[in-house]
Amino acid sequence: MTKTIQVFDPAMCCSSGVCGTEVDQQLVNFSADLDWAKQNGAQIQRFNLAQQPMDFANNKIVKDFLERSGQEALPLILVDGEFALAGRYPNRTELSRWAGIVAVTEIAPAGGCCSGGKCC
Amino acid sequence: MQFLDQPPRFLFFTGKGGVGKTSIACATAIQLAASGKRVLLVSTDPASNVGQVFGINIGNNITAVPAVPNLAALEIDPQAAAQVYRDRIVGPVRGVLPEDVVRGIEEQLSGACTTEIAAFDEFTALLIDSPVTDDYDHIIFDTAPTGHTIRLLQLPGAWSGFLEEGKGDASCLGPLAGLEKQREQYKAAVDALADGKRTRLILVARAQQSTLREVARTHEELAGIGLKQQYLVINGILPKIEAETDMLAAAIYKREQAALNAIPEVLKHLPQDLVALKAFDLVGLDALRQLLTDTPYQQHGTNESAIEVDKPSLSQLVDSIAADGHGLVMTMGKGGVGKTTVAAAVAVELAHRGLDVHLTTSDPAAHLSDTLNGTLDNLTVSRIDPHEETERYRQHVLETKGTTLDAHGRALLEEDLRSPCTEEIAVFQAFSRIIREAGKKFVVMDTAPTGHTLLLLDATGAYHREVARQMDKANLHFTTPMMQLQDPKQTKILIVTLAEKTPVLEAANLQADLRRAGIEPWAWVINNSVAATTTTSALLHQRALNELVEINSVAEQYSKRYAVVPMLKDEPIGVQRLLDLAAG
Repeated sequence: MTKTIQVFDPAMCCSSGVCGTEVDQQLVNFSADLDWAKQNGAQIQRFNLAQQPMDFANNKIVKDFLERSGQEALPLILVDGEFALAGRYPNRTELSRWAGIVAVTEIAPAGGCCSGGKCC
Repeated sequence: MQFLDQPPRFLFFTGKGGVGKTSIACATAIQLAASGKRVLLVSTDPASNVGQVFGINIGNNITAVPAVPNLAALEIDPQAAAQVYRDRIVGPVRGVLPEDVVRGIEEQLSGACTTEIAAFDEFTALLIDSPVTDDYDHIIFDTAPTGHTIRLLQLPGAWSGFLEEGKGDASCLGPLAGLEKQREQYKAAVDALADGKRTRLILVARAQQSTLREVARTHEELAGIGLKQQYLVINGILPKIEAETDMLAAAIYKREQAALNAIPEVLKHLPQDLVALKAFDLVGLDALRQLLTDTPYQQHGTNESAIEVDKPSLSQLVDSIAADGHGLVMTMGKGGVGKTTVAAAVAVELAHRGLDVHLTTSDPAAHLSDTLNGTLDNLTVSRIDPHEETERYRQHVLETKGTTLDAHGRALLEEDLRSPCTEEIAVFQAFSRIIREAGKKFVVMDTAPTGHTLLLLDATGAYHREVARQMDKANLHFTTPMMQLQDPKQTKILIVTLAEKTPVLEAANLQADLRRAGIEPWAWVINNSVAATTTTSALLHQRALNELVEINSVAEQYSKRYAVVPMLKDEPIGVQRLLDLAAG
């Protein structure tokens, strides 16, 4: 049974956040990682505070988190409805672990030490 | 009128602002309604004046026009549509989520893309069969100025392609994300637009070379996205009889006929109608009923006494601008009032006095090189091209943020950067880059048509709030583009208008909008005025008398500082004629 990963994003202009006056490198990387994980069969839902605030309000864990730590503490990641990570986006290794992706031939950690796979 | 012959269900009127497409759309609606058809008239112009034309308040709901049986009207106001959208999202969580979280959401939804998309959403709903649209035999769209229209119409095509590829939620569908269920609606809207049996596009132009060239471009662009059923209406043509007695009228007549003879090749095969210039302003039902008829001008028996009014020249305004030594000068106003011409005249006048000037435009439809037609020492000219800027911005992001991604990741990022908001941001960045120069020399900007300008300023405002918030945290001193626009020492806004009732009201609305944003316009420029000439043509003289009333109202109600620019015998092209224009 595949686990469901839920990503609760801060208020962003669009669902991936890859727009706005300054494109955020973290969001670019996460967008790519997320897509990779989906290709490998992961079940991932993404919620944008600016577009789907009801999904934040209807989830007790998320609502309590917002009241306690504020929106600055987002993103919040739940795995099968349970707290998994907050304050930063997960990397591919974390996504793989949660989603149970095993047959990973090549994990190219986006935004790591490599630039175009040349240095390491 | 050929364009009225067996009209299909959807009629779109498009053309540069000021060519009279609102009047013609209204006159068409009146005529079709009079023949017993049930008609809905829709304005998608962010600065709509359909309500003014009928003397009623219309707004964002379909409203019956009491004076015209069978006619209803609707103004799609992008700002109002965005507000409705915001309320729909934010309303349910107010009081549920913490207050600062709710505020953050609202701020995020106050950007340009929310506005654009909310309006687009309403627009497509009218092109599909529904209980609302079923009530009407004809739906007439008085669309926004050309550049905006193209974007508006391109969106359904681009979007339905986008949705079909099913890029899922990684794609940046802006505030419409999650509305994939509406894809059927977008598809149906695109089909309706491309179907000649259902949709007719009427290009409205004036008999001016530059306007006709622009219409030719619009024609090709719209034909390219599938709108092939096109008609051409050339409005406001001076009747031959006027040219017989008056020099100015003769020059205008000659110029218009020459422009008609040299009509661009691609427009020649379109069914064409000519509408004669009328002595009256096109406000009110009687005037509109006469617009599409060939009633010749009848001189009124009464000879109104002339109204005493001052007509200062543009060059007098430039005296005060030049005194500051540097700064930003922006011409604003509805499309077609001559912002480009006035901006070029101010720039040339400043450069002629030996001052350093950078003349630039963000108007997608403007062609400064056409207007300038020559060079001048101290004067540099540039253009903010939305397409180019967007491309440059995309490349920049790909190069700086996309280097660590694999091929698939890069493709995804590229897709994300195709969002409608990317263009707004790119243009805004180019805009702020240029206004920074105004600290050292003069920067003269001919801004895009009103609706777009407001969107641009709104983007500046959102950016301002963002910077202010971040800088506040860090306790730093800062200046944002918005602060520069609000400082009259640094920025002088010239509101350009024509001495006609509707353009003056539109300019007054623009002034009110700017004031709400904390920007005080510096002066008004009344362009293309017959009253500032010495015509003896009866028709032109009647128009000059009408103009005096408007010039007077500008001086008394709207701006103590103003200039009146005369209508010239020759089109204001080239450095010398621009100097003549400024001299008055």
